[in-house]
Amino acid sequence: MSSDAITAESITIPGHGEDEIEAYSARPMDPGSIVGGVVVIHHMPGYDAQTKEIARTFAVNGYNAVVPNLYSREAPGASPDDAAAIARAAGGVPDERLVGDVAGAMSFLKALPTANGKVATIGYCSGGRQSFLAAVSLPLDAAVDCYGAFVVGNPPEGMPLKVGPLVDRTPQLSCPLLGLFGAEDQYPSQEQVAELEAALKAAGKTYEFHSYENAGHAFFSVNRPSYRPEAANDGWQKIFAFFGKYLS
Amino acid sequence: MCTYVTETVAVSGSAKGPDGWFRVTDGSVYFDHPVHAPQDHTLNIDFLAPGQGPSARVAVELTADSARALAKAIESVLAQVPAGLI
Repeated sequence: MSSDAITAESITIPGHGEDEIEAYSARPMDPGSIVGGVVVIHHMPGYDAQTKEIARTFAVNGYNAVVPNLYSREAPGASPDDAAAIARAAGGVPDERLVGDVAGAMSFLKALPTANGKVATIGYCSGGRQSFLAAVSLPLDAAVDCYGAFVVGNPPEGMPLKVGPLVDRTPQLSCPLLGLFGAEDQYPSQEQVAELEAALKAAGKTYEFHSYENAGHAFFSVNRPSYRPEAANDGWQKIFAFFGKYLS
Repeated sequence: MCTYVTETVAVSGSAKGPDGWFRVTDGSVYFDHPVHAPQDHTLNIDFLAPGQGPSARVAVELTADSARALAKAIESVLAQVPAGLI
């Protein structure tokens, strides 16, 4: 008989360029079956307590989850906001490095004894864009983009952060995509969400989009004024239904 | 990170953090989600010394009105400095 016990801990995993990077792993100890894996891509504010809580939520619900610390190289062991500040000043996480770190996290998940071999990415905010980036770069089974900006649309002139639009790569999407957006958000705006949806349709991709009224950016963030319980609760249900379909 | 509006500037001076004074070389100014302030977005300023590691940082998060008032105060003080001091 399986139990609901989970194990959650800081670990190291190989990332881009064979670098050992810090990560947080949360997984069911005795799920009673093989299970899917989820790479949780943290937002720009960092590899923080709230993101680790998201990983534990996946574990409690029967998934192996891992959060690579995308700032592991810039600020190993630093507090999340210090690390985020350093990374922002240095131009953010380069796309190629993100893909390498997610690939390392995928390998980690697939090697777990309870792994069923299926892996998804989920990202929030800048992580939403990075989840899409991973899905057009790596062989994933599912991807979730939570309010990721600059999947479509150009960043402001002179901005030092190395983010560019990815919509032209939509034909390379390797898996079904779930997009969760706030209708009041400007980054991305509803026009940009519609543009991405049009690209997905044109490329014949499997996708599911939801835009929540009375919600803007970061509506999943429980520790911020942007938190919208109704949108977040429904969003979580959508995520688990999506993963239930594509990660089992 | 949502607005992505960030400007970095080289600075010269000192800042006081939890471990005391240290020389700072970089400033980062951005309008984005705060870590501590109870607003959706704030004008955030990081005074940094990358050569001394990530915790060599003094950070402030201000409402847009506060940031504008501060910017005005800075310009006002500098304009009043006696000739020859700057």
